Amino acid sequence: MSVQKTSAIDGKHASSGEKRGAGIIILEIAAILIFILFMLPFLLVVLNSAKTSKDIIISPISWPSDWTLIWRNIVTIFDNPSTDYLGAFSDSVIITVLSLAVISVFSAMCAWALVRNKTKWSTVIFLFFVSAMVIPFQVVMFPLVRWFKIMGDAIRFPLLGTYHGIVFAYLGFGCSMSIFIFHGFIKGVPLELEEAATIDGCSQARTFFEIVIPLLQPTLITVLILNGIWIWNDYLLPLLILGSAGAVQTIPLAVTSFAGSYLKQWDLILTSALLAMLPIIVLYLFAQKYIIKGMVEGAIK
Amino acid sequence: MKRRGWVDFLFIFPCAFAFLMVIIVPFFLGIYYAMTDWDGVKSTVSWVGFANFSGMFSEPQFINSFLVTLMYTVINIVLVNVVGFLMSLLATSRVKGRNFYRAGFFIPNLIGGIVLGYIWQFIFNNVFYDVGLTYMGQSFIARRETVIWAMSAVNTWQYAGYIMMIYVASIQAIPDSVMEAANVDGANYVTRVFRIMMPMMASAFTITLFLTLTNSFKQFDLNFTLTNGGPAMRFMGSAIRSSQLLAMDIYRTANQFNLMAQAQAKAVVFFIILVVFSLAQVYLNKRREVEA
Repeated sequence: MSVQKTSAIDGKHASSGEKRGAGIIILEIAAILIFILFMLPFLLVVLNSAKTSKDIIISPISWPSDWTLIWRNIVTIFDNPSTDYLGAFSDSVIITVLSLAVISVFSAMCAWALVRNKTKWSTVIFLFFVSAMVIPFQVVMFPLVRWFKIMGDAIRFPLLGTYHGIVFAYLGFGCSMSIFIFHGFIKGVPLELEEAATIDGCSQARTFFEIVIPLLQPTLITVLILNGIWIWNDYLLPLLILGSAGAVQTIPLAVTSFAGSYLKQWDLILTSALLAMLPIIVLYLFAQKYIIKGMVEGAIK
Repeated sequence: MKRRGWVDFLFIFPCAFAFLMVIIVPFFLGIYYAMTDWDGVKSTVSWVGFANFSGMFSEPQFINSFLVTLMYTVINIVLVNVVGFLMSLLATSRVKGRNFYRAGFFIPNLIGGIVLGYIWQFIFNNVFYDVGLTYMGQSFIARRETVIWAMSAVNTWQYAGYIMMIYVASIQAIPDSVMEAANVDGANYVTRVFRIMMPMMASAFTITLFLTLTNSFKQFDLNFTLTNGGPAMRFMGSAIRSSQLLAMDIYRTANQFNLMAQAQAKAVVFFIILVVFSLAQVYLNKRREVEA
């Protein structure tokens, strides 16, 4: 559904035919109140990130007297020797970007091959991928760690505590849903275009990368957003694969280890929470339309 | 066509291999380990049958976690969906700036449960305490009577905006003519919502109920950083953690006590309950969709 259309039909069902009256004013007040309620926690984080621990205990709701404290808190966090916050940030970026790259390319390839090669086997493989979506993380997490250890020892190439290990794990966990979404889209793409390319002498792989991938773009955005937000915020998988004190860390791991070592030092904990939220909120400000569309479509499919 | 089959294999292989190694093998290994004396330390394990399964149902902490998870799930399904639905009505009404509100309500859902848990721990223990929003003079998350409700409130704040968006998409798909016809026939707003909109949104309800059910049942992150299972209470004669949900109970059984096999047995039970609940829920909703 295009955005123009969305805004054109907005508000059509609320009070069609009725004039703007007392009802709409009550609704507008309700909207403002709910909005304030929803934003208040974020405001409290910002306010208290600009205070000292002592000021927070005196009053957690007062306006900060000196906004430059926010910078001092950030510097304290960055300088903290026990938690490498900047390192965790770059690791989070590396892991998220690499995982998204392999999940989107390999899932699209897999879904395309499964749709275009209609056999009994392709149906069975597809059903396998889809039915595994009901398996909760909790039931595979401990055996996964042991299995990664065994595999890593066998190939003399450690999977635990490494970038490639966690990216491989994210490919395994993320591909089911991504294949499912791509599969649904590719089914509706007419075959003629690909046939024309084949007649022109285009190889199968080139047809995929030069003809099919550009067609997949809207679905690709959905897949990137759904997986990106999950991976960026994920806690348990990095904890188990990377460990809480390993060389590779992510933002959620850094926040918990920080909060664990600075118990009740809310000025620093809240500032670290603020730093953890900021990248996603900034991204949201720019790509709001795509993020909402991606997450809602991912759920409906 | 031999070449075609070979390329297809190469295209399917990366996902199939990762999927096999990350989900399928650990899944079956997990079922096997649940019936052994696996402790995470020694390299060999021996078969013990169903001993790990029978033990958990007499363990006070597990029974409490099970009951509390059910309660938490039911509260969330009701709260998140009622709030999300009301917000979707608001966000599709003629309110000025509705796109802005919609975008705002969605934000909490983008932030991970780990970070939100710390923020809300601060709000309950410091901010609410400071302004006198407490229960019996204590923070809501420090009393076992209120802690589950506090967690549900935070979960609703985090999740209702997302559920709202699914309802909004569904409301926008209702044809104009249907609502206008009802309006001409003299149906008032409440009647239109209950008799026309809601039945036409049946498939959206199937999705949102499924999402809220599975998400609440699997809750870990928020539980971990908001309450960490606390406060302590006495149950069946032993001291336990009153707000420790099942996912966290599984994690702690393995992590704090090194009881890997028992944790794995709990995880298998957790998996079975989750599958039964979600299949039953989807089945009931699909049947209702057909009737509607």
